[in-house]
Amino acid sequence: MIALAILRRLLVALVTLAGVAIVVFVLLRVVPGDPIAMMISPGASQADIAALRAHYGLDGSLFSQFAVWVRYALRGDFGTSISLHRDVLALLGERLPATLELATAALEFAVIVGGAAAIAGAMARRTWAEPVIDAVNGLLLAIPDFVWALALVLVFGVVWPLLPLTGRVDPSVSAGMTTPFYFVESLLRLRFDVFFDLLKHLALPTLALGLPLAAVIARVLKGALNEAMAQDYVLLARLKGMSELRLVLQEALRNAIGPTLALTGVQFTFLIGGTVIIERIFAYPGIGNMAIEAVINRDLPLIQGLVLVFAVIFILVNIAVDFLVALFNPKLRHA
Amino acid sequence: MVEVTRRQTLALGAGAFLTELLLAGAVRAAGKDTLTIAYNVNLPSFDPTDGTSAVNPSIQAIYRSIFDQYIGQAPDLTLKPGILTAWGWNDDKTKLWMDVRPDVKWQDGSPLTPEDVVWSLERAGAKDSANPISFIWSTAGNYKIDGNRITADAIRFEPTFFMWMAFLTGYVLPKAYYEKVGAEGFEKKPIGSGPYMVDEYQGNAFLRLKANPHYWGDKPAFETVIFKFVPDATTRVAEIESGSSDITLEVPYEEFDRLKKVKGLSGVATPISDIGMIFITNKEPMLDKNVRLAAIMAIDKKAIVDRLLHGYGVPIETLEAPEYSAFDPSIKTPYDPKKAMELLAASGYSPEKPVKFTIQTTRGFKPKDYEMIQAIVGMWRKVGIEADIEVYEIAKHFELRTTHKLAPAAFYNWGDAIGDPTTSTGFAMFGPSPHSAFKTDDLDAKIGPLWGEKDEKKRIDGWKAVDAYIAEQGYVIPLLQYLQPIVYKSDLKVTPNQSGALQPTLVSPAT
Repeated sequence: MIALAILRRLLVALVTLAGVAIVVFVLLRVVPGDPIAMMISPGASQADIAALRAHYGLDGSLFSQFAVWVRYALRGDFGTSISLHRDVLALLGERLPATLELATAALEFAVIVGGAAAIAGAMARRTWAEPVIDAVNGLLLAIPDFVWALALVLVFGVVWPLLPLTGRVDPSVSAGMTTPFYFVESLLRLRFDVFFDLLKHLALPTLALGLPLAAVIARVLKGALNEAMAQDYVLLARLKGMSELRLVLQEALRNAIGPTLALTGVQFTFLIGGTVIIERIFAYPGIGNMAIEAVINRDLPLIQGLVLVFAVIFILVNIAVDFLVALFNPKLRHA
Repeated sequence: MVEVTRRQTLALGAGAFLTELLLAGAVRAAGKDTLTIAYNVNLPSFDPTDGTSAVNPSIQAIYRSIFDQYIGQAPDLTLKPGILTAWGWNDDKTKLWMDVRPDVKWQDGSPLTPEDVVWSLERAGAKDSANPISFIWSTAGNYKIDGNRITADAIRFEPTFFMWMAFLTGYVLPKAYYEKVGAEGFEKKPIGSGPYMVDEYQGNAFLRLKANPHYWGDKPAFETVIFKFVPDATTRVAEIESGSSDITLEVPYEEFDRLKKVKGLSGVATPISDIGMIFITNKEPMLDKNVRLAAIMAIDKKAIVDRLLHGYGVPIETLEAPEYSAFDPSIKTPYDPKKAMELLAASGYSPEKPVKFTIQTTRGFKPKDYEMIQAIVGMWRKVGIEADIEVYEIAKHFELRTTHKLAPAAFYNWGDAIGDPTTSTGFAMFGPSPHSAFKTDDLDAKIGPLWGEKDEKKRIDGWKAVDAYIAEQGYVIPLLQYLQPIVYKSDLKVTPNQSGALQPTLVSPAT
């Protein structure tokens, strides 16, 4: 049964990816902006332009170009980046771990802070503290991630220069990592100097990305907790002498977490999209930053590869969330 | 005995963790031997001869740090010996010769030979070359080597051939190494003969260079140079103000004025070989000379520079900036809104019955680009020109320009780091060039003979006459020459470069 469910999800995922590939491929060749026009010389003749177009495989019909791309993509060859002159898959493999580290750190931050705020708000319900928590939460919710990023740059760059503003590691020393998974490798190799350096560089982009998500989690989870706290079983547990904190954590939380989990999954996909701007502002070398450069340079093979990577991430996150929600809600396990 | 509770232990651990986090390698200024530059663009590729990055003027500072150009260029754009110590043409300009500097080594210690120079030139000019400037490099061929002297035939006399050797894609690459590792291998580990070699590179993050121990020229002032790729202007301002970087460039003018007054920081803004202009396309209503000239005369360039750009700009009358070799100060297109209204009236237009067209512009691609066009549209409205502003990305501008589909007016910037009129007026205005917008036979007839003119004085005088004709006909609207704001720590000395390339070799500790 489980195997069948997984197979079904994978098939749906493949169809989704195929659709994304077709839409992106067509759109990129239809929207304004010709990569050849950006690199032709002033003395180029029409023949020179045609030769350059053929050199980059952009001279065929839309259908023939797509057919060639699919043929190579099925072999794991996503082409060569026009602007970076390197294999697209290799480039994605190098930069994706940085974005995953950032996104994971932001998610962890959001879950911890948002969860704590929700629990504090639930425990403070019908007291003076509750509206204060709601107001702070509302403020965090109203400010988008890129505004947070600029505010953090101002605070930590100018007013209180405590944390590095750009990059993933200190550029003045060699981190000496052999894989692009710096966090994992630094821990496995007991390179705590690199580990802490990574944390310092990750701090500001994580805050920028994580604060809005934390506010969303706090709001939804607090609402669900308040609802759960009004149930009879919670009343019974209170009558049995259970403390308020234990009531929230042991009784109410596991019933309130389901909807929060589902929403967090959706918000996480937005967070991944948010890495594009955040990585740009903090000069963080992930796929988001690379995506902006690819779009500016109309690097078609790289843009296609990036969009597919984002699509795969979204699909995997959605599958993971569905399974987690089913895990917490037995009623959904047989659905 | 001191008893420590579980909570206290956890608190101590958290405190230790935070302390380690904040103190270990905390933000520190680079050491005395290290120069950290918060740079405004990324480095897409290490090949300085191939693809879009090769013709990006903003990246040349990095390429010039790692590689040598055939011919060097001083900060005032004059040519100086580089890998070539001497060069020239024969009397009838059918052959060219160049002398290769002896005892130059590549960064891997192997010798740089005339074979490397010939290979680089042949590769650049090859028929299937992806070098965007192959149309220049292909004008010479049949290279012969005799000791350190290279001779070649001029397949077509190109007066700017040696100037391009100090310009875009004019770099010597190592033949043996490149052929051994291939293009992708060269990207992963590039080798040049320049003052610095690549130590570590993280795309979209940083490039760390170490001084080349084999370098033939003066030892650079800094042992290590770090280019931090920080495309966001706000972050660049924060980088320099926090002390995380030692020098930065292309900050907003308002921030530049503020930063140069900050204790410990200095600033310099000097004209560079980059101009702002408005392309006019040969389509209605721009086929009417009165409309074109009125559009030019209605623009108060000085007011735009003074008020919008805080004085950081030089109004220009032609596509030649004052430092360019064909600059002619006698050519004037004065601000005269009254005359503009008269010209429009002669064509049946007035503020009540304005001539209408679209003007295209980028937004944020160049400093105050959109704001400048807004101001110009406002000036035009007063004389009887009503222009709609269309904002687009630079990629769309290139596409429209090469397909000759630009709007009647389109803002653009044009760099010319060798200061030669062919690379400004020539490419921007010659009809057959895919980069020109106003295509007209009368102008092509004047420009055509100048491409291969062998008499240098006649060539320059010819270009001056072309610029005068363009101004008389109103075929383009030159606006201003840009200034490049550079902010740096006060314990540094910076020599501004007119080409706009912030080369580390032009920065040194202030004594």
